[in-house]
Amino acid sequence: MSEGPRFTLDGREIPLVPGQTVIEAADAAGIYIPRLCHKPGLEPFGSCRVCTVKANGRSVAACTYPASPGMIVESDTEEVNAHRKLLLEMLFVEGNHFCMSCEKSGNCELQALGYRFAIAAPQLEFQFPVRDVDASHPDILIDHNRCILCSRCVRASRDLDKKEVFGFVGRGPHKRIAVSSGTRLRDTDADVTDQALDVCPVGALLRKRVGFAVPVGQRLYDKVPIGGAPVVPEAPVAEEGRA
Amino acid sequence: MSTSLENAIVEVCASVGNEPSRLMDVAREIQARFGCVSAEAIDGIHTHLGVSRPTARSLVSFYSFLSEKPKGRVVIRLCDDPVDRLFGHDRVLKAFSDELGIPVGGTTTDGAFSLERTACIGMSDHAPAALVNETPVTDLSTDKAREIVAELRAHMSPDRLVKKLGDGNNGHPLVRSMVENHIRKAGPIVLTEHHHGEATRKAAAMSPTEVIRSVKAARLRGRGGAGFPTGIKWEMARAAPGPRKFLVCNADEGEPGTFKDRVLLTEFPDRVFAGMTIAGYAIGAREGILYLRAEYAYLRRFLEDVLAQRRAEGLLGKSIAARHSFDFDIRIQMGAGAYVCGEESALLNSCEGLRGDPRNRPPFPAQKGYLGCPTIVNNVETLACVARILDAGPATFSEYGTKQSAGSKLLSISGDVGMAGVYEVPFGVTLRDVLTMADSRETQAVQIGGPSGRMVGPSEFDRTICYDDLATGGAMAVFGPDRNPIEIARLYMEFFEDESCGFCTPCRVGNGLLRRGLDKVLAGRGEPSDLVQFEEVARTMKATSRCGLGQTSFNPVLTTLASFRPLFDSLVKEDPKKFRRSFDLEASTREAARIRTGGAR
Repeated sequence: MSEGPRFTLDGREIPLVPGQTVIEAADAAGIYIPRLCHKPGLEPFGSCRVCTVKANGRSVAACTYPASPGMIVESDTEEVNAHRKLLLEMLFVEGNHFCMSCEKSGNCELQALGYRFAIAAPQLEFQFPVRDVDASHPDILIDHNRCILCSRCVRASRDLDKKEVFGFVGRGPHKRIAVSSGTRLRDTDADVTDQALDVCPVGALLRKRVGFAVPVGQRLYDKVPIGGAPVVPEAPVAEEGRA
Repeated sequence: MSTSLENAIVEVCASVGNEPSRLMDVAREIQARFGCVSAEAIDGIHTHLGVSRPTARSLVSFYSFLSEKPKGRVVIRLCDDPVDRLFGHDRVLKAFSDELGIPVGGTTTDGAFSLERTACIGMSDHAPAALVNETPVTDLSTDKAREIVAELRAHMSPDRLVKKLGDGNNGHPLVRSMVENHIRKAGPIVLTEHHHGEATRKAAAMSPTEVIRSVKAARLRGRGGAGFPTGIKWEMARAAPGPRKFLVCNADEGEPGTFKDRVLLTEFPDRVFAGMTIAGYAIGAREGILYLRAEYAYLRRFLEDVLAQRRAEGLLGKSIAARHSFDFDIRIQMGAGAYVCGEESALLNSCEGLRGDPRNRPPFPAQKGYLGCPTIVNNVETLACVARILDAGPATFSEYGTKQSAGSKLLSISGDVGMAGVYEVPFGVTLRDVLTMADSRETQAVQIGGPSGRMVGPSEFDRTICYDDLATGGAMAVFGPDRNPIEIARLYMEFFEDESCGFCTPCRVGNGLLRRGLDKVLAGRGEPSDLVQFEEVARTMKATSRCGLGQTSFNPVLTTLASFRPLFDSLVKEDPKKFRRSFDLEASTREAARIRTGGAR
């Protein structure tokens, strides 16, 4: 083991580099903390709260909370995982996630986390919101039904593509992604080569005409669950259907 | 873009030094002049202020008092606070709606009027109340609503609706409001005479460290409800490195049923500004901001005038109280209608011209706040206490109240009481004594507002108002025997659902889940498992929400459940066949039926 500052994550001592967040240190040590809005390479955001851990007894988001020497972090515990599962359920019922007809199925992080946490069907009631689809752009589709407001596209467009095609409008339950033109995606400078299109964890932001290219059985999460070994050993096998 | 719009944008941007962080002021002014911040205006702001379109659009869509679509020249905003809702809000709303011929949220075809509902405007002692543009109209009835519309049709001047001026400074020429202070009980700490300028001069004769020591000796804790020791907070900002620091006064009281800061700002603004000046001196800040909620815009000109007087008297500006290098000035930042901005980091975002989303912590505002500089945000009442501590000495202050909760607390009491209004009570007073003071008979429940806001029933009336027992920001809504506590809890959840910023999952989704759950129970379609689910959702909200709003907003549900369990139990039952009782076959198949028959949505 190398010298230097360390902290404890689920009983394991892991090294940290000053300035790292808990999730960055965990990733570097090869320990998976479930997450949705966080993506390495994008500025930490902290909105989905799926990466919630207990640091010295206090609940914090691992993606924004700085790792500090000697801290004790609990992540893979029954209590923390119960919160994560309920947060995932909230995201499922808040939108319209019809996995069986979604081209992101098998490659979708929300769906994959649903399997990891053994969500057969949410206990919460579905809200079935009425949301729009913006298919105006010749090469890109926005399906608001599937958007989980993680802001990955907002950050990628702003920081990687230097465009600021996307932003948030509205408040509370009315919050949604909007495009810079205020109306249609086709009236913005969004382009099919934008990196913003590579970061959507769900099927909300898609390139057109490339769906279902990978056959079932070979998709990202068909063989190995998201984050490696699942939390729940008896997680159901990845059948198609509504998560 | 029309020339007049473009010229106005250029002029308004120039008036804030073309500073992008002043987007809020620009958007408010354009909204006031043109009735909206249109897509065109957003383009203009992008060009002339250098703010990106998504940032500008995000701001406009976030705040209730801004809109991209045109509003009427006169906007009537009826307060839909829970107390107002129980005191005839619906009838008054219907009267306005019928008289104007528009639904809620609508605008008359001639562009003259818009009718809206809005979150608590700080007038629960005057329920039902409304804002007509910036003018509060109070104690409404259906008749008054009809008269107001008739009068406005004749002159379109909201200020002419004020016939009888309220007491005290409500009658000041720069206020001219019908609002009454309703000061029912004045205590020796806040609502009392003081020597103008004395506190500031005394502070100037001390070193900043001595000022902090005084505030610590007085054992002053934040009056917002969380109760963090003020002196310790100041020390953190004082110790934080940086040449530029800020002191912000949080005048965004928005908890349903609170209005004590309205009264403080009306009658004791000088003391609040003195407190800000002293706090600024203590932490090493030369700049202060009063963040004034949009609902209190009618006090703005008056407050500006008080600031001007203090400048003229050497109590604000350069070399305050003749002390070299004691420089401090205050500007007023207007809000635009968002409860969450009472959360200190959301308030700072709002001051910077952004959505009122709270920030990640750390860093804390005392380290990295407004414009990245060390910043202290204090409550209006806390700062009024600071002035008193410097004026009368820490001992006078800490003699009052209890050991852990020194001094007095202002309470805003409304609802089913004979004497709604503001009460200054010593910490440690029992809820029962407070209710007696307010002339409440047969109280069934009291919603005690604040970060640990809770609904309490008669079995808890001997509990005391203090940080260790019933901690409160000061809002107290009292409900008599005819009210349904579950319906009240539902109104609070509706408020939190609307006022969540929507940033994090648990708060954005959780509040709505709880509100719909209560709807179900009230409709007689609830099951025992729903009550278990309330607790599960609340636990996750508490553990995973990003700020204090989502970490506590479920309290009305959980505390109502704890205090009125038999009522819940009488409304929920299990289906004998284990079907989900909330399932509504007709509603669930409506969409399919529509598609089958080709009908319209």
